[in-house]
Amino acid sequence: MPIEESMESRDQFPVGMRVLAVDDDPICLRLLEALLRRCQYNVTTTDKAITALKLLRENKDKFDLVISDVHMPDMDGFKLLELVGLEMDLPVIMLSANGETQAVMKGITHGACDYLLKPVRFEELRNIWQHVIRRRKFERRCDNGPDGREDAQKSQVAKSEDGQGAADHSGKINKKRKDQSEVDEDDSEDTMQDNEDPSAQKKPRVVWTVELHRKFVAAVNQLGVDKAVPKKILDLMNVDKLTRENVASHLQKYRLYLKRLSAVAGHQASIAAAVGGRNPSYLHMASFNGLRNYCAINGSRQLPILGSLQQNGLGRMNSPMLGMHTLLPSQTVQLGGVHKNASNPCNDLGKIPGITLQGNHQVDLLQGVPMALELEQFPQPKLMQEAKSHLPAGLSDSGLATGHCSNSFPNVTNNSLLVQANKQHNQSGGLDNFSIVRMPSSSSELFEIDLQDVSQFSSISRCDGSWQGAVASTEYSANALPILAPYNYNDIPPGNVGRNISSVTSHPVTRTLDESPSIKAVAPLCNPTTSNGVNQVRLVSGNTVPTALDKDPKFSNFNIIGNSQQKWDYTFNPNAISSASSSSSLPNLRITDATAQCHTSEIVFSNKKMDVDSIGQVNFGSPLITQNCMIDKLTSDNQLNFKGEYAMGSTSLQSGLNSAGCTLDDLVNAMIKPERDEIAFADMDLGCDVYSLGTCM
Amino acid sequence: MLPLCSRVLLSHPFSPMSLMALREQLNMLVNSMYIEGLLDQQFQQLQMLQDASSPGFVAEVINLFCEDAERILTELTKDQAVVDFQKVDAYVHQLKGSSSSVGAQNVKLACIQFRQFCEENNKDGCLNALNVVKHHYYLLRNKFDTMLQLEQRIQAYDSKQQN
Repeated sequence: MPIEESMESRDQFPVGMRVLAVDDDPICLRLLEALLRRCQYNVTTTDKAITALKLLRENKDKFDLVISDVHMPDMDGFKLLELVGLEMDLPVIMLSANGETQAVMKGITHGACDYLLKPVRFEELRNIWQHVIRRRKFERRCDNGPDGREDAQKSQVAKSEDGQGAADHSGKINKKRKDQSEVDEDDSEDTMQDNEDPSAQKKPRVVWTVELHRKFVAAVNQLGVDKAVPKKILDLMNVDKLTRENVASHLQKYRLYLKRLSAVAGHQASIAAAVGGRNPSYLHMASFNGLRNYCAINGSRQLPILGSLQQNGLGRMNSPMLGMHTLLPSQTVQLGGVHKNASNPCNDLGKIPGITLQGNHQVDLLQGVPMALELEQFPQPKLMQEAKSHLPAGLSDSGLATGHCSNSFPNVTNNSLLVQANKQHNQSGGLDNFSIVRMPSSSSELFEIDLQDVSQFSSISRCDGSWQGAVASTEYSANALPILAPYNYNDIPPGNVGRNISSVTSHPVTRTLDESPSIKAVAPLCNPTTSNGVNQVRLVSGNTVPTALDKDPKFSNFNIIGNSQQKWDYTFNPNAISSASSSSSLPNLRITDATAQCHTSEIVFSNKKMDVDSIGQVNFGSPLITQNCMIDKLTSDNQLNFKGEYAMGSTSLQSGLNSAGCTLDDLVNAMIKPERDEIAFADMDLGCDVYSLGTCM
Repeated sequence: MLPLCSRVLLSHPFSPMSLMALREQLNMLVNSMYIEGLLDQQFQQLQMLQDASSPGFVAEVINLFCEDAERILTELTKDQAVVDFQKVDAYVHQLKGSSSSVGAQNVKLACIQFRQFCEENNKDGCLNALNVVKHHYYLLRNKFDTMLQLEQRIQAYDSKQQN
């Protein structure tokens, strides 16, 4: 390619970016090709991995980016990925129909800079060019300065924090860090030459091969991680052509990596429990390029994919995890969904593919934690502390990804499946007011809250302002979904009993109550329940099958399992919610069969404004937990301690629910603080405009 | 399905059906497929990619899909006495991937369920699921056929008019 042409195409970057697409599925390959062309990239396709390698080996500079399927007959996609990374050091994006966490994790471990789910869409491909830019920029820099790698590292983290719009964001971060590093730089003589010019020629860079890295690690261990200095490492390694700067930057990365590992260790298990739902946005977070070498060496599965999590205070997840037996799987969903636009660190949680809780994983998770702790040298508590501070929303306490004990949520791995299932459940049984709140995420995934048992709602929909007896059953399931992005309830069918909300996201938290009681009182937050009832907001995926929820306290997103005296300082950050666009209409919540089932709890929605028909009148910037709260009848074991916090009246929902006097915060708090024993719903000003309770009580 | 008269008309290549009517028919067909769950949003991506520079894109992809799907179904139909679950799973995975790429929703969903049975090593379930997949596939294939025919006629019309 003539120089002028290449320069020109690079100037117009990303137009003309040269992509090599590899997939044995002819349909997918054709589609990929067409989509990439539509993005104005320069596309070469092949259906054989071996051919791809050959092409790449012929001329390393011929391509800027490789996209490869995972399952290929002639060579494993991961193998190709590794080879390309090692030999050509090109960014590789993995493509797969399998969105399970393990698979994604594997991709990241092997060094993929992104992992996309099939079917791939135009919107996703449009952004892949950023991987190229990022790599170029930071590779160059790392050759020139010890901080280069760190920048690259951080930029990757930044990217992982915000999959879609990362370019700008990380650009800013990088700039900032670069400024700092320039100030701090010791080797001022190592000026950054031509760093900013992406079209500059690639400088020879050190490839940290497995061997090299092993030597490095050996040297570091010999010296002691804390005491290791680049010069000494270099001497110990005794490798030609390795400069002190190379080692220095690599050391920095390594240290960060270790830190993340130890922090992540605790989360590892929880992440493992995550559901690999289809949510591209979640996959975008995994961009730990620099760590792939470590991963290769490390061999442990504890990838710091959660590095960002750590920063987001997920470190604390361990504590609740250890103690809890009920989690709010849906809470993870919330995190994922809502904070996409917010700076809330919880945002990243959403990025974790399908972090949800699975009942049967609980044990595993717990076991995973101590093991992880043992493996890492870093003191867990310390990291957790750090992490804690990062999580303003107190999500650390949320049962994110903590194996929810007894609840087994079938993983829904396919959002469309959920949607489909949802739709199929759509029967108009009375829930005509429901609209599914859609999360305003860029991935356009929806949380579909499928309020089940709508038919029963009508009987409950009497908004007299008090839900006495309505949700008084021992079984409540409050859907903590509201915390998540606004949910628009569309076609919420009465559906199956026990299924409250279907989340069409990668967090298929699905819990279906066996009992069909269906007191699905929305805004459980307002419901102080008696000792028996547990309000739970449940995200239920369309796929859900009634699980053995009845046995255990229904998980609630806010982990408000009555029985467990969890003290979660979950402070819901309404801001995050508000960012979730006001376009969502308030889901119509229905309280089903309140009279019949909710005898145990007294959920008093004293707000006379509870008016089923006034849905949508309240302008909720945030998804309103209340909206998604379904109070399901819980089995007798469940006791939701809706303490005073549930008194919506005392709170004021942030956006929109002003009239209600409830804040999202309060709702969440209510949900999450089960320790108090007073149920003071008496004067709750539920402001249930949101609730489409047929008739507010 | 299309009303009887349309079907008859379609069988005559040079029917006097106007271009507009043809287009309308095609739209109605495609819409009905969306509504009935045969197609999902992904198909829109295909539609989006078809333009002046690649007028036959949708047809091309549909044909690729049908070829591939039938190949897989044929393989799956063989050797039903002894089921090699792993192999079957691999095929179904393929079919799932391609059907999801095309937007063939029902087929994809059926594949997902099929894979469940594979995972459980449930032979009867698998055999059953295979039938379900076939059912949905052939339904879809029929409609695709009609769709492509309509499209062909529309495009013939267009080029005829251009001449």
